[in-house]
Amino acid sequence: MRPEPSVILLTTLIGVGQGLFLAIFTAHSLALFDLVPAQDGRAFDAVGSAIALVLTGAGLIASFFHLGRPERAWRAIAQWRTSWLSREVLVLPAFMFAVFVYALVQWNGWRPVLAALPGGGAIDLATIVGLAAALLAFALFVCTAMIYACLPFLREWHSPLTLINFVLLGCASGFTLAAAFSTAAAPDLTRLFTGYALAFTLLGLAGRGAALIRNRRLKPKSTLQTAIGIKHPRIVQKSMGFQSGSFNTQEFFHGRPAGTLRWVRWAFLLAGFAIPALLLFAALFGSGAAPLALAFGVQFAGLVAERWFFFAEANHPQNLYYQAVA
Amino acid sequence: MTQLALVIDLNVCVGCHACVTSCKQWNTSGAAGPLADLNPYDADPTGAFFNRVQTFEVGEFPDTQTVHFPKSCLHCEDPPCVPVCPTGASYKRPEDGIVLVDYDKCIGCKYCSWACPYGVREVDPVRKVMTKCTLCVDRIYDASKPDSERKPACVMACPTNARLFGDIHDPDSVVSQAIRDNAGYALMPEWGTHPSNHYLPRRRTAMRVHPDELERADNPLKADGLLPRPAKAEPTLDDVTSW
Repeated sequence: MRPEPSVILLTTLIGVGQGLFLAIFTAHSLALFDLVPAQDGRAFDAVGSAIALVLTGAGLIASFFHLGRPERAWRAIAQWRTSWLSREVLVLPAFMFAVFVYALVQWNGWRPVLAALPGGGAIDLATIVGLAAALLAFALFVCTAMIYACLPFLREWHSPLTLINFVLLGCASGFTLAAAFSTAAAPDLTRLFTGYALAFTLLGLAGRGAALIRNRRLKPKSTLQTAIGIKHPRIVQKSMGFQSGSFNTQEFFHGRPAGTLRWVRWAFLLAGFAIPALLLFAALFGSGAAPLALAFGVQFAGLVAERWFFFAEANHPQNLYYQAVA
Repeated sequence: MTQLALVIDLNVCVGCHACVTSCKQWNTSGAAGPLADLNPYDADPTGAFFNRVQTFEVGEFPDTQTVHFPKSCLHCEDPPCVPVCPTGASYKRPEDGIVLVDYDKCIGCKYCSWACPYGVREVDPVRKVMTKCTLCVDRIYDASKPDSERKPACVMACPTNARLFGDIHDPDSVVSQAIRDNAGYALMPEWGTHPSNHYLPRRRTAMRVHPDELERADNPLKADGLLPRPAKAEPTLDDVTSW
């Protein structure tokens, strides 16, 4: 498939935003049980949620550039019963709205206690809103990943690993950003977020590595023989039916030599996982914001490359019909 | 239930592209607006087409066959492109099974083209919406046309009658009979899309000659040759038979 910058930015930016909010709410939840010190709602929770909101908003804006007719985008909510894309279009604004309300509640300190935990912690309005936003973050991961994983003949995507990796990579980049952000806003939490970020980065490496190994072993189900229904081992396409390109030759090919795919694969394995993991590991034993900020920058660039590769490695069966330019 | 479909006879198709040009002509002139046609006389002509004829070479020289393969939307009975559409612009008509795109609802997200394993949907580069074969829905129900012309433009144009059109759910229709009698098959059956369009396979017209047919079995002595001419007095063939 042709990697489109708008879709790459959409999926990576909302992934960071979801991961960042989940990091904030993780700290919030742990503070309920006195496992971490409670933070200033304004400086950390509200501002952090605002950053998550900006990231998801930027992803939403990027997604419009994917559409041929962006002015009709509102119609995309219609088929939520059958279409994962429609579900994503519903869940993304819902998540953004919940994060906005969470930021508003935390900024203004509207925290009326609604219930009490047996251990003594108080469940206030912010906890309820945050829980709703966290659930929506997971729902959004499911919707985004299922857009790709639900297509059976794009076999590189049609696997539970697609969903697992969307969650892991979003959380890895989000927790890394949370660690970098917390050095300024909540220094007590930096080590916690750094540890989480390191764990998610290593788990992400395992999940993405598993997907790479799986995809390398895939044998195509469709062949030129089933595509045109002629049983012969040697079939060569002589003409695609037109002189130059068409939508079919542009949309479904990445258009790069095989060497590009190889170096992009190594680049994203290094920049998305190996280098950030080393920087996060170093940050666990050191201090200062610089390594964490660098880790986030390198990791985000790596995950953009990862998403480019995710699209480029998927081989659409329609390409069987477009093998010769004649 | 009606399921309109095309049956394409690969044994008859000569690859003349008449179906392609007639399809483009009909569908660029209709109420739905023109189909894009970019740089038609320049170096890189492109545009939206609903129908393509591709050519494949099967086998190794000298034992090869050239197969011309017309390719358009197969109007699947279980179309994977329809449920993925977020707006409902892509739909399958319950009354005749034609898969259509509502150009006024399409947002141009291209997701349906990703969901089609056959690559028969093309984005119109000017209108920025997804387009595809309509089975000439604006022609086959046109009451102002005589019955003989209420067929898709490609079927009307085919000079060798390689394209048949009809209801594949009606066992007595010309398409159902053609599929039954000539081993009609569907493309990429592995995905369970149940395409409505079928293809009739190439059929080699070989004369089978058995060894005993090379020698006359009723002439064991191999005494071939001219029979002696009848004598002048004997009746000739003309005299004993009435022509």
